[in-house]
Amino acid sequence: MSGFRLNLRDGVGSAIDGDKTISFHFDGKLYAGHEGDTLASALLANGETILARSFKYHRPRGVFSAGSEEPSALVTLRTGGRTEPNIRATEIEIYQGLEAQSQNRWPSLGFDAMAINQLAGKTFSAGFYYKTFMGPSRAGHKATNFWFFCEKFIRRAAGLGNGAKLADPDHYTRMNSFCDVLVIGGGAAGLAAADRAASTGAKVILCDERAAMGGSLNSAPDIIDGENSAEWAAEKASELADMGNVTVLPRTTVQSYFDDNTLLAIERVADHKIKPAENEPRQRAWNIRAKSVVIATGALERPIIFAGNDRPGVMLADAARRYTLEYATAPGKAVAVFTNNDTGWLAARDMARAGVIITAIIDVRSDVSDEIHAAGEESRATIHLGSAVVSTAGMRSLSGVKIANFNENTGEISDTVTKISCDCLAVSGGWSPAFHLTSQQGGKPEWDSELQAFLPGEPLQKWHGAGSMAGQFGLRKAFRSGEEAAVKALADAGLGEGESGVPSIEGDVIDHAPAPVFEIKSGGKAFVDLQLDVTADDVRLAHREGYISVEHLKRYTTLGMATDQGKTSNIAGLAIMADCRELTIPEVGTTRFRPPYTPVAIGAIAGEKYGHLAAERLTPMHDWHVEYGAHMYGNGPWLRPESYNRAGENVEQAYVREARTVRASVGIVDVSTLGKIDVQGPDAAEFLNRVYSNGFAKLPVGKARYGLMLREDGMLFDDGTTWRLDEDRFLMTTTTAGAGLVMEHLEYHRDVVWPDLKVALTSVSDEWAGVALAGPKSRDVLKACIKKCKVDDKSLPFMGVRDGEIDGIPVKIARLSFSGEMAFEVFCGSHHGLALWEALMKAGKPFDIAPYGLEALSTLRIEKGHVAGPELNGRTTPYDLGLGGMVSTKKNFIGSALVQREAFHEEGRLQLVAIKSLDGQRIQGGSHLVKGNVEEPGRSEGNSSSTCFSPELNCYISLAMLENGTKRHGEKMWAANPMRNAHVAVEIISPHMVDPDGGRMRG
Amino acid sequence: MRFTCPHCGPRDHQEFTYRGDASAIRPDIKNTSIGDHNAYVFDRANPDGEHREIWNHTLGCRTHVIVTRNTVTHEVTVCEPIGPFKEVLS
Repeated sequence: MSGFRLNLRDGVGSAIDGDKTISFHFDGKLYAGHEGDTLASALLANGETILARSFKYHRPRGVFSAGSEEPSALVTLRTGGRTEPNIRATEIEIYQGLEAQSQNRWPSLGFDAMAINQLAGKTFSAGFYYKTFMGPSRAGHKATNFWFFCEKFIRRAAGLGNGAKLADPDHYTRMNSFCDVLVIGGGAAGLAAADRAASTGAKVILCDERAAMGGSLNSAPDIIDGENSAEWAAEKASELADMGNVTVLPRTTVQSYFDDNTLLAIERVADHKIKPAENEPRQRAWNIRAKSVVIATGALERPIIFAGNDRPGVMLADAARRYTLEYATAPGKAVAVFTNNDTGWLAARDMARAGVIITAIIDVRSDVSDEIHAAGEESRATIHLGSAVVSTAGMRSLSGVKIANFNENTGEISDTVTKISCDCLAVSGGWSPAFHLTSQQGGKPEWDSELQAFLPGEPLQKWHGAGSMAGQFGLRKAFRSGEEAAVKALADAGLGEGESGVPSIEGDVIDHAPAPVFEIKSGGKAFVDLQLDVTADDVRLAHREGYISVEHLKRYTTLGMATDQGKTSNIAGLAIMADCRELTIPEVGTTRFRPPYTPVAIGAIAGEKYGHLAAERLTPMHDWHVEYGAHMYGNGPWLRPESYNRAGENVEQAYVREARTVRASVGIVDVSTLGKIDVQGPDAAEFLNRVYSNGFAKLPVGKARYGLMLREDGMLFDDGTTWRLDEDRFLMTTTTAGAGLVMEHLEYHRDVVWPDLKVALTSVSDEWAGVALAGPKSRDVLKACIKKCKVDDKSLPFMGVRDGEIDGIPVKIARLSFSGEMAFEVFCGSHHGLALWEALMKAGKPFDIAPYGLEALSTLRIEKGHVAGPELNGRTTPYDLGLGGMVSTKKNFIGSALVQREAFHEEGRLQLVAIKSLDGQRIQGGSHLVKGNVEEPGRSEGNSSSTCFSPELNCYISLAMLENGTKRHGEKMWAANPMRNAHVAVEIISPHMVDPDGGRMRG
Repeated sequence: MRFTCPHCGPRDHQEFTYRGDASAIRPDIKNTSIGDHNAYVFDRANPDGEHREIWNHTLGCRTHVIVTRNTVTHEVTVCEPIGPFKEVLS
């Protein structure tokens, strides 16, 4: 094929502006097009034929369609962080400076070394991977091992474009919207529906995936209200957009239809620009809640399947017509038309009127109406009735086709063939209504034997079909059904009928019904699914091997599983299977379409929920940490210091130094991120007694207690200390990551389970800043700065809570220890957090106080055998973690019954131990504990959970869960992590590695 | 799905947290039977059709509501308040 630009005139080039020239690059070569061109139309106009290489066989592929259904012409758009692969060239509007690359080819599009895959076509037929790589051994290799060997090569050979590995510099946004009537599709039916609905004052949203409203009106030869149809559509769309109650959204694809008439639309706000304007999103995701929906998504033309039907130059007839009339681009110098219905003939006539040479019209039918025959005569083509294309010719793109006599009743083809020269073959195999959205909803399509197509069937939600989507083909029916659908939708929204505005139409009355011919069986590779290289023979192979249900057919051959979801291929695939099974197409059945309608960028779904727009919580001391060299690290929604690296230190050196400082003198850590819940009321103590596994009713005022929370099924849920501030008031602390879940857990039990208990719960996590001082000198630091409170052992014993004042700041001090050292937690109002921190740093200076981060905090608690998130993993009971003593038997609490289930007390439970590395190697988190060496590791008997280098033991250690672990201290095992090539010799030891008697923290 | 929160009005279900089958009633705090607790935690009817279930308006007023939802069509027919504010809200 080699296309060229036609002269622009009335009715030719309705989408483009011939006065504005735009230059762009494709595969590094400079091209020129016009404003309004798509990448496909501009490349066609420049005479390009090959735009892509196919998925499996690397066959050259051209442009097949003119819209979002395109299976072949996929390209990679833009460069750097804005790179986007697998974009349909038929949808991209060109802009000055656009850069696009072809994909899945090496070294170049014109010459692709991988095209050798074609010669091995038999090998790569459907089921090849399953047959080769799964199942019995081959040549001494297990099939799966053979797969591991081959995978790299196969992945390189088969595929689509590559995604960018750089961050996307653009932003995406989300929008919630409500309307009375959502109209999907801005063609004749959609415009009529929107117009009618808007006339009542209803809130209307009108979406269309293309840049301009109008749909088929943009290439229709009809005269609407005395005007060219494209101009009429543009005027109607702008008239609607000017109404206050109508939102017109071009470049907006309604992708998904969810429950409750909620629909997701993606608006491509800036994809047609070189980059988004300042503060403009690239795309916007619209979450639309509609009282009713009018679906006017039109119909997709489908091809007839024949040998060589994938050669560049073979395209859908309506696409060829649209390139001619909308983009003033002749799809070829000599165009032949192959059809089984009248629309192919009218496409030929319309193209001929615009100046395209039509060499032949080939129709499988032996007879057509006089009007259609006249249209064929007008196109000056030679007419071949009762004929079919049996093969195509051409080196890389089409140079001609062979046709034979065809019996439309038996499908038989004659042996004698005629050659026809053409560089474009426009094919029409009939029309399939685009009911993808209603199918997503679970709507069962119904076969229409007249139209030889599935129609959407009965609605399961409040939607009404209009135009060809509902089987109402032709402009007259489109306008009428659009208005009818609008009236029904208005009734759903409780609104009146509005005013009719059906325009006058002068033009063809078209019969869209095709002959039931889907495939010409002439031998040779005939492609059904162009995007995944599925041939008609693959479908027959699936049938022979027993994969005869549509679901099996789809999965076995991958038919319809590409990014286009088989928009142009499904019906042909079903028809071939129906033929094999000697059933009708509706008896074979259909698969359900899944959202989205077209591929959606992940960024559009994520919206603002990433990067600098994601919620990120900072403690009052955050800036100080950053200033003093802390690397900040995500912990739940919070950022916390990982370690304060000094010059030349790596993270491990820094945290080991910090942990040593704590054990030797004193360290300071920001614990503001702990969850904090204020629990008040006359029944607060009883409530906590039911929530924690250990007793809280008798906790004296001025004391704190470490508590365990269980889930109702007996598994550990969260832990923390709770401070009794008064008879009926407690301050509960939770883990940083568990804060939200604990709050929900408490509220649920307060509201739903025990509404009779008088308890008020208030989240105060953000109200309190917290600092922990830990180390043998921590009391000295406090003494140096505290006022209105004594901190000696007698006045502030272990687990005591007191009020005091530091540098004029009122504080609460609790003597708690997570590190195993003598330690204090000091809380103050969060706006004083930084001042308190600085006051403590100043008071600690004589004692060489050092701030420590999460890594050191974790190291200290691992050495002490204190559990945290990796051990509270939802699969452990208190007994597993050696905390059985904290499970009260004197009271009932959440989980008290089920934690006593037999299985939790049987031999073989994983129990908490520690392991230490015997060979100096680091123990990886998640390593398996095994008895054997790397050659014969044996079975996994447990796993490591929290790992670190222990300055106290001077080796790598880890907490671990091990079968019957408490009885196995002293045993030697291996910590295996084959994913990271680690096999570390370890010894099982007690988890209480530091100060097991607790003398240091109580002293 | 949208739920009509008795406190906040119609809101998207993404603001709510599912808290389970409303017919599951916790055994009394004095009850120590493992069987009764087992039934409360694990036994569910999994009906095909109308289902009464508890949701928490976590990203809103944080009150709990009992939602009657059709498990097949996701149609929500009733949203009733539950808990200490029940009388105030109904």
